[in-house]
Amino acid sequence: MRQVSLPRTLGELWAVLQRQPHSAVYAGGTDLFVKIRDGQLNPESLVCLERLTELQGVQDNGDELFIGAATTHSKLIVAESVREHLRVLVKAASVLGSPPIRHMGTIGGNIVTASPAGDTLPALYVLSAEVEIRHCEGSKRIPINEFIIGPGTVDLAKGEILAGVWLRKHQGWNLSHYEKIGRRKAQACAIASMAAVLELTETGKVKRARLAWGSVGPTVITSEGVENALIGEQLSLEVLKNAGTMLDKAISPIYDIRAGADYRRMVSKAMLLRLNDYACGTTY
Amino acid sequence: MKIAFRLNGKQIHIDAAPDRRVVDVLREDLGMTGTKESCAAGDCGACTILVDGESRLSCLMLAVQLEDRDITTIEGIAEGEQLHPVQNAFVEHGAVQCGFCTPGMVLASVDLLNRNSAPSRDQIREGLSGNLCRCTGYQMIVDAVEAAAEELRDRQES
Repeated sequence: MRQVSLPRTLGELWAVLQRQPHSAVYAGGTDLFVKIRDGQLNPESLVCLERLTELQGVQDNGDELFIGAATTHSKLIVAESVREHLRVLVKAASVLGSPPIRHMGTIGGNIVTASPAGDTLPALYVLSAEVEIRHCEGSKRIPINEFIIGPGTVDLAKGEILAGVWLRKHQGWNLSHYEKIGRRKAQACAIASMAAVLELTETGKVKRARLAWGSVGPTVITSEGVENALIGEQLSLEVLKNAGTMLDKAISPIYDIRAGADYRRMVSKAMLLRLNDYACGTTY
Repeated sequence: MKIAFRLNGKQIHIDAAPDRRVVDVLREDLGMTGTKESCAAGDCGACTILVDGESRLSCLMLAVQLEDRDITTIEGIAEGEQLHPVQNAFVEHGAVQCGFCTPGMVLASVDLLNRNSAPSRDQIREGLSGNLCRCTGYQMIVDAVEAAAEELRDRQES
């Protein structure tokens, strides 16, 4: 039998983590329990964060929003401030898993699991998210791309937890897009995914662009080459196709149970072409 | 450990290992076999229960997480002999074949209709996308949920 703790305050949490430093920490459990069942993990004890109100919900702190790590995806996608300022994150979290998975899974869990296919991750990268790490004596903030260091690996020491994520509110993006390719719409892990935020001028020229791909490298992939190829241009299939050629050097897709590397390479570029729909006035 | 929670409207106390899966607590300890287990990995929705009104998967929850929660299983949605409108609609539209996915499918539908009283067929498919059925081909299930939504709206108006 494993000890399972359900702390209700951070004070209780630090005490538990001190007593049982080898505990696996979880919130929704939608990844952890699958891995335990498969025999990939065998933690001595468990700590569940679902009752920590300090880690839940969205706080408006002036220029920034703080999303608590234990906020479920379904709570996140209905939060007014997130819908207003972080549309690409809403789009990504809305297609994650299925309704019950979104009721259980949390944004913090998606980040710490650090799957190359994690749906919220490309969105958090393009929004320049910073994560807040807390331990019993304090906290620190680091950019998400420095926190996630490899597939399934994050920069989190014993006794530390991911407390939440900070995002700037007024980023000026007027086009937000997220798409994932999978075997089916719900439940399937992404074969490849892409988040894009663009600022278009009134005449439709790209002023700024941030793009990120999931499932085509060990962590989320960004490409300044692609972004630079779009800046100053009017969105068109030709411009997007040309920008896609810059992607080849950036991505390093693998062949696995879900898809081949060549297919992933092909759809990564094809997803870029979808942005042309916005130039044609189609809105999502 | 001692765990107190509400199950289908009644406050109960159980003594269970904290790491026992909720699906095992329900089926084996409490004999409530309406909740089914199929994939045990969060893919199929057979073990769906409502936790404080929200659909969750009892194969991915531990007993300790029941503490203070309001749990509804398929055994708890009929009123006496009177089936819930979603259950009635499933019967009337032939939305049940082998029946194994049905408890989860019905509870997922109840959750969906609580959030959206007039879902489109696409929204119904999306709302039930975490529940697999290998018999019906889903058409009759979508028909049933559409009909149940209408019935529930009529009741609310009257």
